Amino acid sequence: MKTFRIGGVHPSENKLSAGEAIETLALPKQAVFPLSQHIGAPATAIVKKGDVVKVGTKIAEAGGFVSAPIFSSVSGKVNKIDTVIDASGYRKPAIFIDVDGDEWEETIDRSTELVKDCSYTPEEIVAKIKDAGVVGMGGACFPTHVKLCPPPGCKAECVIINAVECEPYLTADHRLMLEKPEQILVGVSLLMKAAKVTKGYIGIENNKPDAISLMQEKAIAYPDIEIVPLKVKYPQGGEKQLIDAVIGRQVPAPPAIPISVGAVVQNVGTAYAVYEAVQKNKPLFERIVTVTGKSVKKPSNFLTRMGTPMSQLIEAAGGMPEDTGKVIGGGPMMGKALANTEVPICKGSSGVLLMNDKEASRVEAQPCIRCAKCVGACPMGLEPFLLATLSSLKEWEKVEKEYIMSCIECGSCQFTCPSHRPMLDYIRLGKGTVGGIIRARNAKK
Amino acid sequence: MNLILIAVISLGVIGLISAVILFVASKKFAVYEDPRIAQVAEVLPQANCGGCGYPGCSGFADACVKAGSLEGKLCPVGGQPVMAKVAAILGLEAGTAEPMVAVVRCNGSCEHRPHITKYDGAVSCAVAHATYGGETGCSYGCLGCGDCARACLFDAIHMNPETGLPEVDEEKCTACGACKKACPRNIIEIRPKGKNNRRMYVSCVNKDKGVIARKACEVSCIGCGKCVKVCPFEAITLENNLAYIDPAKCKSCRKCEPECPQGAIVAKNFPLRKPKVEAADPKSENSKAETSKTEVLSNAVPKIDLSKGTPKVEA
Repeated sequence: MKTFRIGGVHPSENKLSAGEAIETLALPKQAVFPLSQHIGAPATAIVKKGDVVKVGTKIAEAGGFVSAPIFSSVSGKVNKIDTVIDASGYRKPAIFIDVDGDEWEETIDRSTELVKDCSYTPEEIVAKIKDAGVVGMGGACFPTHVKLCPPPGCKAECVIINAVECEPYLTADHRLMLEKPEQILVGVSLLMKAAKVTKGYIGIENNKPDAISLMQEKAIAYPDIEIVPLKVKYPQGGEKQLIDAVIGRQVPAPPAIPISVGAVVQNVGTAYAVYEAVQKNKPLFERIVTVTGKSVKKPSNFLTRMGTPMSQLIEAAGGMPEDTGKVIGGGPMMGKALANTEVPICKGSSGVLLMNDKEASRVEAQPCIRCAKCVGACPMGLEPFLLATLSSLKEWEKVEKEYIMSCIECGSCQFTCPSHRPMLDYIRLGKGTVGGIIRARNAKK
Repeated sequence: MNLILIAVISLGVIGLISAVILFVASKKFAVYEDPRIAQVAEVLPQANCGGCGYPGCSGFADACVKAGSLEGKLCPVGGQPVMAKVAAILGLEAGTAEPMVAVVRCNGSCEHRPHITKYDGAVSCAVAHATYGGETGCSYGCLGCGDCARACLFDAIHMNPETGLPEVDEEKCTACGACKKACPRNIIEIRPKGKNNRRMYVSCVNKDKGVIARKACEVSCIGCGKCVKVCPFEAITLENNLAYIDPAKCKSCRKCEPECPQGAIVAKNFPLRKPKVEAADPKSENSKAETSKTEVLSNAVPKIDLSKGTPKVEA
């Protein structure tokens, strides 16, 4: 069975909510929309206090090409434009909307009927995706339309759909495939048309056999789309790892991007969002969020409106367990511990994980014993111990030469370290600083 | 015998040829270096801290000799006496630079600033700052991991385990600025020591709106602007909900200090204030007697509590 060639780890899967059907979560009392929910320039608010909005009304305009507009997920009145602590742990500007009823924009097609045919040209599809504010739903939130516009000199050859869901605990993509397989396939064919390619792959790890067989059955009608079962290994959901696993090509070090080897990678949730945006005229304002954890009473998958506070999701899953040590936005490997539970659900929130005390506590770090397990586990072929040490010494020039910008921050090094060294903490710091230095250098040029 | 002779002669010849080559090279490729650079470097403290803004002591010596004037040049470690020696060597006049000191602009101790989360990542302020807003509600204040203390070459800044804040040893501090560079939140400022070592500053860097800042910390600047109004010298500016006292304009009149409703303005090394009290109140008489005893130059930061009617001084 296919997989990527270097490194990787296998954390225990803990897919507790895989058997739970998607439930629609009740509307929040107040929805909060942070203006930067994506990579790139923050959006700019186009509503003001007292404005009445409907479900699907645009409330913030994209702040540049690499940016995305934001739509209201509720109907009601704009309460204020203020700051809120978002998943980053810092206060960021946000729009607060008091919910009143549930009135949708008339342009949105709310029927559940499957619309297969599409008469739009590739450019029109990209424009629709852009206008609907669709971003990568896997967590990185990179604006989708940017990926579909290859830079000069690059040509897309295939679309690869990331349905790997390699993060332990999370099951949002798994449930989506089981419940909306045909919509996803239409979405994939739309993405293929937009990227002007004739080949599409959907990579699924074989810990989801039900999803693989269902997708294979439905994909018979789409001869251009191939379902690729993959061996379970973390971080297969990384863009570069997935390309290697599915088509066997390796993406060179930055500034090379996946399109340099002819691949356009999109998350399966994004494919579904693209289907809704193009065929149903529905902008991105709701998503599936997994609420899970070993002590959670009712691990669930919720169809959640953006802007809902995480506390409401936790309540719906049976409340906060007493032994909660950490609340994590996303999965346990790449997710981030949250500063409070009022953080709103954003476009990239794939899950809320309630870790118990035992799981959450870090073991005290011991000296490095030079076992090089981190080197073996690194899926990018880097030397994590070296990157961490150089970053802690603030040797930015040296650490740049050691390809710190290639790090995908998957955390395999820290996971595998027998001395429990906080390597990723320092590598993230180094990557952030070096990234800033590179941007400043490019700006000078 | 013959063998020894050959060895001695051949080695002697090689030595002679090498000597000639070295002599020619030393004359031809000689680089003239002002001998005063070495002299100046000799009197510098050789701490190589970089506090002067040049790469090490030899870099500073080089700059002093080449610049032809000592205006604006100061070795923070040696201070004025060393600069006088440098000036004597160069035959120049030493610039009059004010002595400076590092000032920690955060007073959010555990007692003033309740912790709402727990940070368990790598013990480094830089990492914590890149991760999130910090353990307290204030995302501008001290993170308490001690990057500044580790950066200090002079053992002049230490973390106080009780308050969780760094404390500067003014005797040892040379104002080299290493701690300022190490602080990811720009809390530490290098300020003039001030007359008699007395100085006023706003001990807060929180730029949040007043409500949020007050909720996060009892001694935060809430940007009310009372100090700006009361200052007779226009030394205080208010920007982004944060007051700043310009040390160049401040005359240390202390008018702003009691005005601050949050106690965010700190008057360092001033004598304790005499409490304005009526003689009839026995309670305040007590406190008067107490304070008169301790009315000496104190390093403690006086905190004036206005909320209880009559000002009461707590050391």
